[in-house]
Amino acid sequence: MSAENVKKFISFDALPGFLARAAEKNAVYVPRREGNAVVYRSFKAGDEAELGVRPTESCKHVVFPRGEELFSFAREADKEEPGKRRLVLTEASEPGAAVVFGALSCDARGFLAFDPVYNGSGTGGTAKDSYYLRRRNRTLIVVKACKNALNTCFCNWVGGGPASPQGADVLAVEAEQGLVLDILSGEGTAFTESLPAASEAQLAAAAAAVKAAEDSLPKAADVSAAPASLAALFSSAEFWNKESAHCLYCGACTYLCPTCYCFNITDESDGLTGVRLRSWDNCMSPLFTLEASGHNPRPNKADRLKNRVGHKFSYYPSLHSGRFSCCGCGRCIKSCPSSVDIRKIVLDAVKEAANV
Amino acid sequence: MSEQTGATAARPVYKAGTRNPYLPMPAKVIEVITETPTIKTFRVVLEDEQLMRDFTFEPGQVGQLSMFGVGESTFVINSPPTRKEYLQFSVMRAGENTTALHSLQAGDTVGVRAPLGNCFPYEKMKGKDIVFIGGGIGMAPLRTLLLFMLDNRKDYGKIRLLYGARSPQDMAFSSELPDWFGRRDLECTLTIDREAEGWQHKVGLIPNVLLEMNPDPNNCVAVTCGPPIMIKFTLQALEKLKFAPEQIYTTLEKRMKCGIGICGRCNIGDKYVCIDGPVFSMAELNAMPNEL
Repeated sequence: MSAENVKKFISFDALPGFLARAAEKNAVYVPRREGNAVVYRSFKAGDEAELGVRPTESCKHVVFPRGEELFSFAREADKEEPGKRRLVLTEASEPGAAVVFGALSCDARGFLAFDPVYNGSGTGGTAKDSYYLRRRNRTLIVVKACKNALNTCFCNWVGGGPASPQGADVLAVEAEQGLVLDILSGEGTAFTESLPAASEAQLAAAAAAVKAAEDSLPKAADVSAAPASLAALFSSAEFWNKESAHCLYCGACTYLCPTCYCFNITDESDGLTGVRLRSWDNCMSPLFTLEASGHNPRPNKADRLKNRVGHKFSYYPSLHSGRFSCCGCGRCIKSCPSSVDIRKIVLDAVKEAANV
Repeated sequence: MSEQTGATAARPVYKAGTRNPYLPMPAKVIEVITETPTIKTFRVVLEDEQLMRDFTFEPGQVGQLSMFGVGESTFVINSPPTRKEYLQFSVMRAGENTTALHSLQAGDTVGVRAPLGNCFPYEKMKGKDIVFIGGGIGMAPLRTLLLFMLDNRKDYGKIRLLYGARSPQDMAFSSELPDWFGRRDLECTLTIDREAEGWQHKVGLIPNVLLEMNPDPNNCVAVTCGPPIMIKFTLQALEKLKFAPEQIYTTLEKRMKCGIGICGRCNIGDKYVCIDGPVFSMAELNAMPNEL
């Protein structure tokens, strides 16, 4: 830890001005209330950031947009042979710098599940996803620590906590009518340069707030056996039919999940010109793996829920040094229309596999 | 990524100018061969001459063919790396993109992202007898390895090919068959499912003809590809013939988008067909969850 690791402070009164200045140079995303939901929207001077409530969605779309252009294509008239057309491919332009102010700690950890995959680990680093990586590199993340746990929260089961610094450039803890800022990266240092150091009283209040938040989380369940248990239950149709019985395969869980990173690639074209797009995809849909021949390796919702849970708690950990690709945010539980609870599935699997 | 214990924000490595794995290479179609009523073969050359000269791949690797405005799908490069005048892909018309691909004519442009995936372990197969068992369009991936081995003939023992299709009209690569039959260093057996007028070869399902051929499993490798039902019974036949799972190789296909192990749809458990496959030994498949 560097000697410059002095915690800073910003009062809530000063925050709008600070964000407005940041928005002059970056796209700044803050949680904003829209109807019944709290979602990340770009901040303009005069806006109010909704830092007190938990956002309905995660901020993953800032780094991994719901839809983005990979390249455009055009068939242009050939200058030398005007009767002929030449294919021209143009890569999407470079994104600008962005700041997420008020990410949840679990959401920042979500990007840590993306990183090794998009960094090309599967291909030994030869095929890196430049679209993801360049956005990731240019996005500064200010985490706002949670004040308490919801009954759907389980970040502590999977290595997180309400004030986990993992994946954050700056960790903000509410104290004394403002935020105490723990600076965690060089980019975070530059971002908070203009702010004063936090006082002893502010630091003490922040430490107490973190302690209170941590104490509000129920004790973590032990899910260390999950990878082996899920592997052992792969062929148990009975188990997966039971666990998926209520699932409507609507995919709400996948779209709200900070670690769900699957995508589709599609073309849109008006004949001579068009774009190739990538967009979020949903492994709970039967179309996800449907082949042109009509064959589908995961035809039933039980197959698909098994793959989703298996990926997060078994396949991914086996490929990425034991880390779960679940950050415990609980949005999939909170927003599921039929009360499917991934915690229950994982615990049931551990229990069931132990009995086999 | 390092597991984070404390306070630093670790970002993944990214350097500006990193090769974009999603950008296809434009390629010119130089020849279209109508193989069967539903299969066409396309011979393509990368438009960038330098890229074409430098292009390397291994037998069994695949590529994504793009019809700009329609989409992309995955096919094996079925010409061998020993013959580099063009890259050959054979496409069965099944969905939207393959239907669009079938409209291609010589002179048209198509996008190519290749090579992707692993290859047949042709080094490990050196010095062994080889039995190829192909059904229908499943002959395409076998063709690349067969021709590669014929171009490196002394490295391999006896090479046999059993190739079957529903009917003579459904037999792809038929224009090459006389050449293959003419070779003394290749034993060819063809079969169709039902009697057809003028058919000079075997009639019967591939697994049955294979049992009749009765290849000696000793120092032999079987390489098979075809429709799922054929594979199922061919594996049973190979088992009957005492081939061990380690002696049997096949190549899988799955719906794919990225081709580089990210997009998440071709996985079987923690294996991704696009990067860990498409070639697997039977022993490897047996160790994987059953989700073909």
